[in-house]
Amino acid sequence: MNVDQTTFRQALLDPDAPRPDGLADGQGREAGRRFDVYRNNVTVALGDALETAFPTVAKLVGAQNFKLLAAAYLRQHPPKSPLMMFYGEDMPAFLATFQPTSTIGYLPDIARLELAMRHSYHAADARAFDPAVLQSIPPEKLMASVVTLAPATRLIRSRWPIHAIWAFNNQPEAPKPIMASEDTLILRAELDPVPHLLPKGGGAFVEALLDGESLGTAIERATIENEAFDLSEMLALLITNNALTDLKD
Amino acid sequence: MFDEIPKRIDRLPNVPGVGYKPQHFADINAAPGVVGWLEIHAENYMGDGGRPLAQLRHLAETFAISAHGVGLSIGGETRLDPDHLKRLKHLNNWLQPASFSEHLAWSTHGAEFLNDLLPLPYTEATLNRVADHVDELQETIGRKMLLENPSSYLAFTESTMSETDFLSAIAERTGCGLLLDVNNVFVSATNLGTDPIAYIDAFPLDYVGEIHLGGHDEDEDDHGAPLLIDSHGQEVADPVWTLYDYVIAKGGARPTLIEWDNDVPDWPTLEAEARRAQVILEKVAA
Repeated sequence: MNVDQTTFRQALLDPDAPRPDGLADGQGREAGRRFDVYRNNVTVALGDALETAFPTVAKLVGAQNFKLLAAAYLRQHPPKSPLMMFYGEDMPAFLATFQPTSTIGYLPDIARLELAMRHSYHAADARAFDPAVLQSIPPEKLMASVVTLAPATRLIRSRWPIHAIWAFNNQPEAPKPIMASEDTLILRAELDPVPHLLPKGGGAFVEALLDGESLGTAIERATIENEAFDLSEMLALLITNNALTDLKD
Repeated sequence: MFDEIPKRIDRLPNVPGVGYKPQHFADINAAPGVVGWLEIHAENYMGDGGRPLAQLRHLAETFAISAHGVGLSIGGETRLDPDHLKRLKHLNNWLQPASFSEHLAWSTHGAEFLNDLLPLPYTEATLNRVADHVDELQETIGRKMLLENPSSYLAFTESTMSETDFLSAIAERTGCGLLLDVNNVFVSATNLGTDPIAYIDAFPLDYVGEIHLGGHDEDEDDHGAPLLIDSHGQEVADPVWTLYDYVIAKGGARPTLIEWDNDVPDWPTLEAEARRAQVILEKVAA
């Protein structure tokens, strides 16, 4: 009896499927629970990878619930690549439809934030340019310029207070979240990604820059979104975190 | 941080190495002890930048690096993933590791990566397939690789040759070297009721470019027979040290890795394991 890998794989991820024939112990007896070692290895390794990737989601739903959630997720969405550091791309959509979590509205956005933190952590390095350059360019020319943000920059716009929820679960002094829409910008000044709560209009501003719009257009969109948009506050955040890496006419 | 490293240590020395864990970065640099080289899991260093690559560049200035792949699925029924081959080529090009190794196992099925080292039967058909995959990998990365013997929890009734004959044939046909995991030998022999010494005696030790030592867990099968699990979560077991001693006495000193991937201990505990290997390596050097 030959065991092909399709049969092996089917039984591996489905605990209710019969174990494949053609597998034995050293004496030719049926392999029995020896096969379950592989089942267990796969479930535990993928579950651990998800727990590492989504610590805040795990904290919010509780460790035991997260294990059940991870077991359901890994059967529906096994990894598509051997780069396990990026495993979990489908988690936000999964959380929105998985019955036990489908009513926790903010949970998918927390998962998006945690995925973005991982991508930021592994993103390419880049040097920031000297911010003094911004003052040396005539205002009109500056407004027409396009600013490139560091590859580790990630923007998460949410109708939920996801920055506050993230902070409350990860920082000892953080206040209890109150309902609000929040835009979060993940910046990596050196090697550690940090989520920053964006000031009013900041989400529209950064979104425009990430779309390759000019500085002038980004300011315009930020001001349309919120007249209280403060450019100097926004730039200070980007500059202190080494996020401005290129400036083009 | 942006500079290429000018000169690499191009072979693993015949001393102990350890599996690199980021939490040991400071300790390794401050007090490496007897640890002379480091092994990384290739797939963990396939991001574009950030801390993993920064640390690896730094370590590679001081230590010989062994890049150990865990995701190519050399034993897979389908063709090797061309994207992953490209990533492996890129890593080998920029890192220029002293050694590159992968497993006699499969882990990918269709578009899915199952993140475990799954077993394959030893037949003419699988031999041809694995040899082709080893050829393709070696051609892609432009160097010789080492292929590692697996831990077995079960046997395939369709197998027609022994694991040692299978590995010997792969090495002869492809010119690849072998990575002898002594813990895996002990685990498999216990699980399948065979003699680990006989396995070593049948193993082509001349092809061995690296040895692995790791810890295992103990369980039992449906009949109450011992079932050892290759868990890499504790010290190397005493009978595995005895078997390692036998291997070194027979085949001579080899670069020897302590693998401790789960419940990772503090640096002094890991370094103490490396020192245990060093004592055995020094017996044949003397």
